[in-house]
Amino acid sequence: MMFHRLDSFNLNQLYLLGQTGLNLDFSKIVPSIPFILQGIAVTLSFTIVSALIGFAWGTVLSIFKISNIKPLKWFADFYTSIFRGTPLLVQLSLIYFATPQLTGYAIPAFQAGVITFALNSAAYSSETIRGGILAVDKGQREAAMTLGVTYPLMMWDIILPQAFKNILPALVNESIALLKDSSLVSTVGALDLLRRGTIVASEKFIYFEPLLFVALIYYVMVMSLTWVAQRFERRMRKSD
Amino acid sequence: MIRTEFLCKSFGKLDVLKDISTEIKKGEVVAIIGPSGGGKSTFLRCLNLLEVPTRGRVYIDGVDITTGKVDIKKIRQNMGMVFQHFNLFPHKTVLENVTYGPLKVKHLPKAEAEKLGLDLLAKVGLAEKANAYPSRLSGGQKQRVAIARALAMQPEIMLFDEPTSALDPEMVKEVLDVMKDLARTGITMAIVTHEMGFAREVANRILFLEGGRLAEDAPPDIFFTNPRSERACQFLEKVL
Ligand SMILES: Nc1ncnc2c1ncn2[C@@H]1O[C@H](COP(=O)(O)OP(=O)(O)O)[C@@H](O)[C@H]1O
Ligand SMILES: [Mg+2]
Repeated sequence: MMFHRLDSFNLNQLYLLGQTGLNLDFSKIVPSIPFILQGIAVTLSFTIVSALIGFAWGTVLSIFKISNIKPLKWFADFYTSIFRGTPLLVQLSLIYFATPQLTGYAIPAFQAGVITFALNSAAYSSETIRGGILAVDKGQREAAMTLGVTYPLMMWDIILPQAFKNILPALVNESIALLKDSSLVSTVGALDLLRRGTIVASEKFIYFEPLLFVALIYYVMVMSLTWVAQRFERRMRKSD
Repeated sequence: MIRTEFLCKSFGKLDVLKDISTEIKKGEVVAIIGPSGGGKSTFLRCLNLLEVPTRGRVYIDGVDITTGKVDIKKIRQNMGMVFQHFNLFPHKTVLENVTYGPLKVKHLPKAEAEKLGLDLLAKVGLAEKANAYPSRLSGGQKQRVAIARALAMQPEIMLFDEPTSALDPEMVKEVLDVMKDLARTGITMAIVTHEMGFAREVANRILFLEGGRLAEDAPPDIFFTNPRSERACQFLEKVL
């Protein structure tokens, strides 16, 4: 239903419109720049909300994975294999289109996107977090146990903080990947950066300028995030 | 206070402890010595169920802790443990390390826990390091903090697993001095150690573990001058 705008974006039509070649004219999109820039907030909030929910759920899954309770372990492993074994775009389409059909709730694109991305990133980050937990020296666990600390408290106060510190760079990389993948929500019509770019493109019949502009914004966001993460990591290393 | 009956522990096919029966009375200081791989650590760790015995019984204060029916967390609160590699919580300050048990397990009010923590840090000579992170401490200082952390639970029993083996030679004495002070307070102590001079001076009894068997159980005077077993003679010849 919502894919039609993207359909208009294909090289065939570019050719028919006679706009081949690289004579870029950015002045044509200047009036649309504020409209495109508003997509930054959408893309960022989308990424942050999905990442936070994803990490929280991923943490729960990682604890299932190291648990002695077999059904929990099976569930988490199966869950992960499903989300890693199917394309993200298929997951998104399923949640966006199947939810209204199954529940009668016309799920907004943004919500469907957050749910999909959170569920998906949880599957990936649960593996990372599991690795981080297992990498914490087992002496830490024993020290907590000999104090008589309960398992949940030990996890929360002793193990997870150290696990997260170890895997912070990996989690940041996953967030950056999520930021880029978030452009997939444009396919169901959420007004993110890419979607705004394609709207401007199809309204003005110019493609390279708005899309290049959008690509540049993604690039700047990703690079800034990477830079902040590196600074942060260096700071943390020094504090060791 | 501690009694073991026919305590056995196997890792797969490897029989690490073979029918250890002994008793450690209240207020006794017992040194556990013997060649590396003889089962000393495993024996100590069976006393607080960090290792679950394969067979046999362990009684703490008359309670059999191997039945699976006791709340081992409660028992452990009364048995402090000090490890070869300190196992301090690296993301917590020295004082936070020491007050963690009292705060989170005994639910002492913060002010009370901190007073207790500072008192203990003063006792081990590290009051001025209260707000430092463990990474800033020397090995000897770390081990003294670890002792203070265990003592903060006000246990009646203290277990030490080679507390000075990971230390540079010049730091061994400061830790042994703290342990000597502790021995004089009448607390029950079981100490795995290679410090023969210390064992001889401080211990009331020597347990000599060799090949998983309790080859000797004698007062230090007798053990060091007139050991019964051939293996103990050979061992002493090597280390003295
Ligand atoms: N978790 C374990 N799994 C398998 N083997 C172990 C384990 N812990 C100890 N062992 C083995 O048990 C034997 C006794 O070990 P240990 O109690 O550490 O001896 P000690 O402390 O006297 O040096 C060694 O051969 C060691 O390799
Ligand atoms: Mg050992």
